[in-house]
Amino acid sequence: MPDSIPTDSVGLVTPQVYKFDEPLTLRSGKVLPEYELVVETYGKLNSKKTNAVLICHALSGDHHAAGYHSENDSKPGWWDSCIGPGKAIDTNLFFVVSLNNLGGCAGSTGPASINPVTNKYYGPDFPVVTVRDWVSSQLRLMDRMEIPEWAAVVGGSLGGMQVLRWTISNPDKVRHAVCIAAAPKLSAQNIAFNEVARHSITSDRDFHEGRYLEKGTYPKRGLMLARMVGHITYLSDSAMRAKFGKSVSNFKQDTAENFGRDLRSGKLSFGFDVDFQVESYLHYQGERFSENFDANTYLLMTKALDYFDPTVDFEGDLSKAFANSDCKFLLMSFSTDWRFPPERSREIVSDLLKAGREVSYLEIEADQGHDAFLLPIPRYVKALSGYLQRVHQENKSDAP
Amino acid sequence: MRPDLEIIQQWIQPNSKVLDLGCGDGGLLHYLQMTKNVHGIGLEIDEMNIQHCLDRGTNVIEQNLDEGLSNFQSRSFDTVLLAQTLQALSKPDHLIDEMLRIGKNGIVTFPNFGNWKSRLYLAIRGRMPVSKFIPHSWYNTPNIHFCTVKDFDALCIERNIRVLARTVVDLEHQGSWYMKAWPNLLGEIAIYHISKDTD
Repeated sequence: MPDSIPTDSVGLVTPQVYKFDEPLTLRSGKVLPEYELVVETYGKLNSKKTNAVLICHALSGDHHAAGYHSENDSKPGWWDSCIGPGKAIDTNLFFVVSLNNLGGCAGSTGPASINPVTNKYYGPDFPVVTVRDWVSSQLRLMDRMEIPEWAAVVGGSLGGMQVLRWTISNPDKVRHAVCIAAAPKLSAQNIAFNEVARHSITSDRDFHEGRYLEKGTYPKRGLMLARMVGHITYLSDSAMRAKFGKSVSNFKQDTAENFGRDLRSGKLSFGFDVDFQVESYLHYQGERFSENFDANTYLLMTKALDYFDPTVDFEGDLSKAFANSDCKFLLMSFSTDWRFPPERSREIVSDLLKAGREVSYLEIEADQGHDAFLLPIPRYVKALSGYLQRVHQENKSDAP
Repeated sequence: MRPDLEIIQQWIQPNSKVLDLGCGDGGLLHYLQMTKNVHGIGLEIDEMNIQHCLDRGTNVIEQNLDEGLSNFQSRSFDTVLLAQTLQALSKPDHLIDEMLRIGKNGIVTFPNFGNWKSRLYLAIRGRMPVSKFIPHSWYNTPNIHFCTVKDFDALCIERNIRVLARTVVDLEHQGSWYMKAWPNLLGEIAIYHISKDTD
């Protein structure tokens, strides 16, 4: 943590665990007899219970979206730039709910949890869950928390897909849907990258058919490689050029001139070790991730992405899926995002328009690629803030 | 409120669906939402304007009109507006066709280049008119397709567009008998309410 808690931080937060005993029938047909969800909340639920905002996390996210768990934390939650008093998702106005999704590895029941039936790790026996299943579990959480409807459901990337699913499955529970850097479904290229990630995990000799925890190990190399590949798809070419093209200023002012080819030790090794900064960065990112993330969860999350297709019940027509989604929508995309590029968001916008829905859409100029949705890009944050201020105003004017 | 918008709003039905092409800061749509319970969506490309729309709770889509409106369904809106934007489009005739495909009726306003001031400016000075109303020089103007009231009338006839109403006003949106008599000479802003029968 910084020396003192910033005034616009939610401060120290403690996650809560909600236990659910009622079996959850999943999209696959399998049944999860019981499960736990770990949840953080920021701000206060108002007396009319009209100011709750749900945050849906992306592939590697969790419930810890804002603030600090302890004074020793070096970094705040993953979306601290947008959640806090006075921030875009203003905790002075909203009661913000953030959970770790089912199948996650940050405290909610998932492959790394103990299966109460066998008293062993679930491992590969944990059922594949889908975006729809997550929304079902979030709906139960909502009931448990006695929240009648969400003022807004907000998410980026895979989180944005949960937002869309909310508006399709439970339109009466959502007043505003904020869907950032998402896609209506994955493309073949998206699935291909996910398969490379999965294959690198499952082909690691420490994977043990997914039962690595029982053996006291984990597929570190596979997980590292999966993250390295993933990370490349989150960044843009221009972001990488800027990030790894700093030392060139010795020669020229324009940092893009060396294409981001900063060397790690100042000279080429003429061997097969790491020469360039970008390589050592990917190794570092992969390593750090592999130490903190469960491999089976990574497999499961990427499958949830691949399977997401809200049109399956609607003859392949997304506009029909939105037929009853009478909330208001805000969509945003980022110019250099090549994982879920602006075209993918525009597809969603077109189908929302076709369904006669009320929608706003912004295409944010940003160099940072897909990662931009996690970063404090001024226009993006201002738009989110402006939109949610209106949500708050509506709340006030609706009050009897 | 901007002069042309005052007149436009009289042609908008309560509870109707309105698409505003080049909606600016969302002022008109917001006004229509408040006074006529209109369901509106605006298209805009200027970042500041888009933010203004969000701040006032007006639906806005960042979309360049020159890239077409194929994402909008036929007859999906009651009225499609094009206020003071026609002259800045790369294919204004295409856009008018698109307006009347998407909306049951359309409202177009544009600065009338046939106005006597423009004629006089060009005739006497021999240079492209620059005024309070047309403040740009020829090389940096966003207005690439100026037309006159007569030009627009001709386009409507050519494209089988029905003119439901036509008004010309001056910059203070005052109409008068002499403007009605000589619209192309005296009108500074032309305002058309148009529709097209489905083929």
